[in-house]
Amino acid sequence: MQAKQVAELLNEPACSHNAKSKSGCAKPKPGATAGGCSFDGAQIALLPIADVAHIVHGPIACAGSSWDNRGTRSSGPTLYKIGMTTDLTEQDVIMGRGEKRLFHAIKQALDSYSPAAVFVYNTCVPALVGDDFEAVCRAATERWGTPVVPVDCAGFYGTKNLGNRIAGESMFKHVIGTREPDPVPPEAQRPGVKVHDVNLIGEYNIAGEFWNVLPLFDELGLRILCTLSGDARFHEVQTMHRAEVNMVVCAKALLNVARKMQTTYNVPFFEGSFYGVTDTSNAFRDFAKLIDDPDLSARVEAMIAREEAKIHADLEPWRQRLRGKRVLLYTGGVKSWSIVSALQDLGLTVVATGTNKSTEEDKARIREIMGENTKMITDGSPKALLGIVKEYQADILIAGGRNMYTALKARIPFLDINQEREFGYEGYSGMLELARQLALTMESPVWPSVRKPAPWKTSVAPGVEVAA
Amino acid sequence: MAEIIKRSKALSVNPLKVSQPVGASLAFLGINRAIPMMHGSQGCTAFGKVFFVRHFREPIPLQTTAMDQSSTVMGADDSVIEGLKTISEKSKPALIGLPTTGLSETQGADIKRLARRFKEEFPEFADIPVVPVITPDYVGCLESGFALAVKGIIDVLVPEDTSRVGRRKKQVNVLAGAHLTPGDLEHLKDLIEMFGLRPVVMPDLADSLDGHLTDQESSPVSVGGTPVAEILTMNESVATLVVGRALHDAADLLKERSGVPDRRFDSLMGLEAVDEFIAALAEISGQAVPEKIERQRAQLQDAMVDTHFMLGFARIAIAGDPDLLYGMASLVHGVGCRVTAAVAPSKSPILEKVPAAQVKLGDLEDMEKAAIENGVDLVICNSHAAETARRLGVPLFRAGFPQYDLIGGYQRLWIGYRGTRQALFDLANLMVDNAHHEAEPYVSVYAVRGEAVHASSASGHVH
Repeated sequence: MQAKQVAELLNEPACSHNAKSKSGCAKPKPGATAGGCSFDGAQIALLPIADVAHIVHGPIACAGSSWDNRGTRSSGPTLYKIGMTTDLTEQDVIMGRGEKRLFHAIKQALDSYSPAAVFVYNTCVPALVGDDFEAVCRAATERWGTPVVPVDCAGFYGTKNLGNRIAGESMFKHVIGTREPDPVPPEAQRPGVKVHDVNLIGEYNIAGEFWNVLPLFDELGLRILCTLSGDARFHEVQTMHRAEVNMVVCAKALLNVARKMQTTYNVPFFEGSFYGVTDTSNAFRDFAKLIDDPDLSARVEAMIAREEAKIHADLEPWRQRLRGKRVLLYTGGVKSWSIVSALQDLGLTVVATGTNKSTEEDKARIREIMGENTKMITDGSPKALLGIVKEYQADILIAGGRNMYTALKARIPFLDINQEREFGYEGYSGMLELARQLALTMESPVWPSVRKPAPWKTSVAPGVEVAA
Repeated sequence: MAEIIKRSKALSVNPLKVSQPVGASLAFLGINRAIPMMHGSQGCTAFGKVFFVRHFREPIPLQTTAMDQSSTVMGADDSVIEGLKTISEKSKPALIGLPTTGLSETQGADIKRLARRFKEEFPEFADIPVVPVITPDYVGCLESGFALAVKGIIDVLVPEDTSRVGRRKKQVNVLAGAHLTPGDLEHLKDLIEMFGLRPVVMPDLADSLDGHLTDQESSPVSVGGTPVAEILTMNESVATLVVGRALHDAADLLKERSGVPDRRFDSLMGLEAVDEFIAALAEISGQAVPEKIERQRAQLQDAMVDTHFMLGFARIAIAGDPDLLYGMASLVHGVGCRVTAAVAPSKSPILEKVPAAQVKLGDLEDMEKAAIENGVDLVICNSHAAETARRLGVPLFRAGFPQYDLIGGYQRLWIGYRGTRQALFDLANLMVDNAHHEAEPYVSVYAVRGEAVHASSASGHVH
């Protein structure tokens, strides 16, 4: 990929980060950088497409350390869980045999697994030695007739976020618009319910959490042509251009897909989230608004009234237990406020939130939701986070998996909200699981146990004293 | 405080209880060169023998007075004397254990008198101690039979002399309950030795039933265990450590006999319980807690924190003898689990302390019913609960007697910081393997996919 193309991807007009000086896609700082590379981001974005053979073209480091560690779920094929890589050797690199090996690798994947398509992820080494992997993909497609999609995502191109965009770009360029949707199955038609086609972009079905929400779409007559990319199938991605509305879920990562579909296919989009009662309801209202079908709007409101009444009743005992607990949320970016609404629905107080990747708009939104006194965290180092936990007397740290052991080592309750997690929190019913997990860690008797010094010790044990 | 629900049904279904003579025999098997002889029909012994052979995967020396129809009716006293004589002549054991059974107790045998009579009639065997214990099958369970045998051994062997306390400055007595495995006892001895103390563990199953090949190809008596000579010096120790509530009677007798002060521990599983034990060792020895033990403690704390996600709110059903039930229940309760079913085969004062709403005196059917009623994610019980757990659709974590379908179950370490840590890891792994926390796969009515629906298995858990 040329520098020009990278710069183009970094320039995302629909992204609010774009205009402000504080860019979400800032250059990584050597010696002080956390987070994944472009390959990581691209693979995360596309791997949930379940019936595709995902081949990582590169030496073992890229696939070897990353395959089979995502929490995304499929209701059918499990091909996406099979790790595939060309595992380039020194000889391949020196003798320039990478392309040939890739070509044979594609053949092997087709022969062994008959995938709906093959995605080839290019990584640093082949990108640097100059493998023309796109030509290999074209040749393989022509030779064997199965689509082979190049995803040019060498790690040195940039951050994980850029990788997401590269993935989206690949889908837009090579897959979306290559097939027409199937007609609605006659048995799925119900009298009086007009079926509207929609897409979800940036929904990964972590721990199967989208299955909490999907039945509501069916009920409302919203046919999801494709979820990019949780529990998706290749043929569904091909038909995305025919949707009436796109919802960009929870993150700006694949915003470029939504924007390009808007300009090319006239599909409007909105940003929303399924975390929390309020946000889930708002997402359905936004669908109804953009589709502009009064009947749909009425049914959406009825559904919301029913679901909210039910979940509020179910949540009441948990709210009693969780009320007043203080949360330090460290996720950065948009999630910093999308999950806040979910936590507030449960009666928790969010005392601080990460704003490392947030723009002025994000911050304004945080102030609006959480009040002026909210601490905004820019330094996400373990020491800084623990200092804030102490200073703000937080009862729990909610963050991504890599901060889990920061919290645990300091004897602080923790909740994982990143994509490796094993619990689904989306939708109305997901709130119950969220409440349960919050109570589970905060109420665990292990905390007083591990904070107490050994009986033969007079000095106090290490760790942060946290209000019980 | 748990409410104790007494047995209220006529039929015991999938019994949990193992009889007292079996428990008593187990205790005798922890004495070096000993042999238990049950006073009863030969079946009493044969079943006990098979039970132990399957559990320990070891040959088990176990004899019987072989009561038959005529001796049962006409009196079996001579059978006991004859049996003791035969064993003494043939095997020259260091000790003969003589537990009674339901049959001999109902018949009215006076086992203590018979032991005395044997001594009178056969002075040539005066140096072979005979320990009679009254262990009818219709009272108690394995644990109480074990405790009665320990008490009996103290009664027969420990000198009545309180003037010699502390003569052996480094020696501590350990009365080890039936809920401790040979693996537990090995670790227990290590811990004590790390404080420069010398443990006399009684009975020492770690030395006899730990599963070790010896040069001796066969033996009519136990190979390894507490030497009788050491039991004779138990009144010279600096302290006695008592592990298990069931042994309190035995401990009372030992204290009365020897004057050696004791420390009593209901369980050695879980951070607080082990803390208490280690603190006692530090105090008795006057030594600082070794760095190695501090590290094991820190490792356990880390494991508690790491596993609390999987174990928090987990619903656990436990069935076992009272001390085992209490230890297991306290362990899992301490990491946030809920004990939704707790069953013991017979009563004990410790049951009131079990952290559960109710403790049922009953069988595996009672556990199964309570588990269904209150919900369950995991069962802790012996191998007999395999079918129960399968019906409940949850994993079984094997503990207690018997474990015939688990290789090396007898050697498992449960106690101390190390044992607790491994137990937490194993519990957490069982929970993860059997996780049901994910949403059921749902396919849209509008989807056109032409494929079978099934959830992909949970992907690698990176944490």
